[in-house]
Amino acid sequence: MYNYSDFDEAFLRERCAQFRAQVERRLDGSLTEEEFRPLRLMNGLYLQLHAYMLRVAIPYGTLSARQMRQLAHIAETWDKGYGHFTTRQNIQYNWPKLTDVPDILDALADVGLHAIQTSGNCIRNVTADHFAGAAADEIADPRPYAELIRQWSTDHPEFQFLPRKFKIAITGAEADRAVIRAHDIGLQIVARGEEIGFKVLVGGGLGRTPLIGQVIRDFLPESDLLPYLEAIVSTYNLMGRRDNKYKARIKITVFENGIDAFRDATEEQFARLRPAFSGVDQALLAGIKAQFAPPAFRNADPAPYEAALAVDPLLRAWARQSVTAHRVDSHAIVTVSLKAHGQTPGDASADQMRTLADLAEAYGYGELRISHEQNVILPHVARADLPALFEALRKADLATANIGLVSDIIACPGMDYCALATARSIPVAQGIATHFQTLGLEQEIGALKIKISGCINACGHHHVGHIGILGLDRAGVENYQITLGGDGTETASIGERAGPGFAYDEVIPAIERILRAYLDLRTTPEEPFLETYRRLGAQPFKTALYGEGARHAA
Amino acid sequence: MSRKFTPKVVTANDLREGDVIYLTAAGEWTREHAQAELIEDEAIAELRLLKAMGQPDRVVGPYLADARPGPNGPEPTHFREAFRTRGPSNYAHGKQERAHV
Ligand code: SF4
Repeated sequence: MYNYSDFDEAFLRERCAQFRAQVERRLDGSLTEEEFRPLRLMNGLYLQLHAYMLRVAIPYGTLSARQMRQLAHIAETWDKGYGHFTTRQNIQYNWPKLTDVPDILDALADVGLHAIQTSGNCIRNVTADHFAGAAADEIADPRPYAELIRQWSTDHPEFQFLPRKFKIAITGAEADRAVIRAHDIGLQIVARGEEIGFKVLVGGGLGRTPLIGQVIRDFLPESDLLPYLEAIVSTYNLMGRRDNKYKARIKITVFENGIDAFRDATEEQFARLRPAFSGVDQALLAGIKAQFAPPAFRNADPAPYEAALAVDPLLRAWARQSVTAHRVDSHAIVTVSLKAHGQTPGDASADQMRTLADLAEAYGYGELRISHEQNVILPHVARADLPALFEALRKADLATANIGLVSDIIACPGMDYCALATARSIPVAQGIATHFQTLGLEQEIGALKIKISGCINACGHHHVGHIGILGLDRAGVENYQITLGGDGTETASIGERAGPGFAYDEVIPAIERILRAYLDLRTTPEEPFLETYRRLGAQPFKTALYGEGARHAA
Repeated sequence: MSRKFTPKVVTANDLREGDVIYLTAAGEWTREHAQAELIEDEAIAELRLLKAMGQPDRVVGPYLADARPGPNGPEPTHFREAFRTRGPSNYAHGKQERAHV
């Protein structure tokens, strides 16, 4: 796993020391808030509704057991004993005091973590498939490229003041688990014969104007990655709008100029920039790849697991949702749900973090991943160990068998924490999860992705939820808009607005009407919600929501 | 014709802790909405806000929030401000934590 070099270490320490001095100058009044605000944001420190919030990057979602323990230690020492994993592979602490933040940043630096580039109009923390390095369907591990991009973009002079923030996601498989089509740049590793390269997408994004990324290059040779990214970003830096915050993202630049014009301009830049990349980046990449070498997988006979599966229905139910095929047959990928019914999606207590670190060490070669779906992954578990792991997770209340089901909801912090929110999201998620558990319909409904955002910024990815929920403020009352048919995978689509919004206490009944209609309409229990929706369109669901006549009313 | 002025309180976040605070009639900062000064006059509201903005070493982001009189003091009118008087709804953290001990 990637270890920070001496240079990285020195850089982090210097940033920590700088910020400590800046906080002191803020507290003694020599810095005004206007002067201090950009400095704290550069270090991931926000001021939210009730308190400060520190956003810590988990680069490409990868954590070691040691780092996870440190996150637990921070939660206990300087926060309220928990942390919140976000849709961008970050962890947020909701209650730090300004005076404690320099100590927290030091504690993070002790384990090679930081809060840099989690804010501001720069290239943000690069996100990756959370099954990276483990998935059976993967062509290559995307994380070395993510790390290469991180090193290239960190403090890159040209890209510190982009028109807007800039987000890159990368996956190594055709199956898109990193929502690359909803990022400013999406990268998919592809193979052409023996050669490895990238399919490059540009101009995706959610928020006020949701757009699916478009292909700018079908096949980019591996060694052209950085010059091509630099060409895209500098083209955007030139063509992007700075006159209007809402039109400044690259998706608008691509949309307004058209993908062909944007591609032509990018290729022109690329031709100019390519010679400047002498191959140092490729030497660097080779070094990084070596650091991501997989662990030495032990060859344990999976027979005991198969035997346990046959007799233990609880293990079976959990394995059906949580266990995914690994690229090595004797192993599996385990997704641990942070969505116990009624809990806050993505929250983990310090105890849970520590348990997960212990289990990663006992059964998972010390590795952990955080998914954009706000769950934790043990990427390499010998199948033989799955029964023991399941028992240990059960004891720690971490064995909820709901991955990919109605209660595995993405929810942003919403108005319970976020200063930008127009309504709450967390209690809506909690309510839906417990409601369908009480009805006992979760298994029957099957694969479903509900995603909830507390404002139009769409951190909860509601546009790409099979069912999306967007909380708004309508004349001083919380109101929720429902979208249907969104999809964040390789078959990406933006959800369609179902019709007028619902009051806070009408949301759960509305979701129930949609899902009961689905149960009636599906051809077989194997047809998932999204397929039924795509087969029939929105109308039957609108009727379920608003009654007959809905066609005219909406 | 000018619209009727909605009464206001001055609110901000505490610089050190980030907690929500309100300006009292005595010019002090309080953590309780009910102890805030309910300002019924637009010109006075602007003056009080200026006073708050003049304390950057104590408060962050002061602004005027709508409020109305209540039996125990001013009450928030908008749900966002109501949440700010309590804390989040998923845990008893923030102001409600102290209120319930
Ligand atoms: S979607 Fe809105 S409410 Fe939710 S976290 Fe993002 S900015 Fe905050």
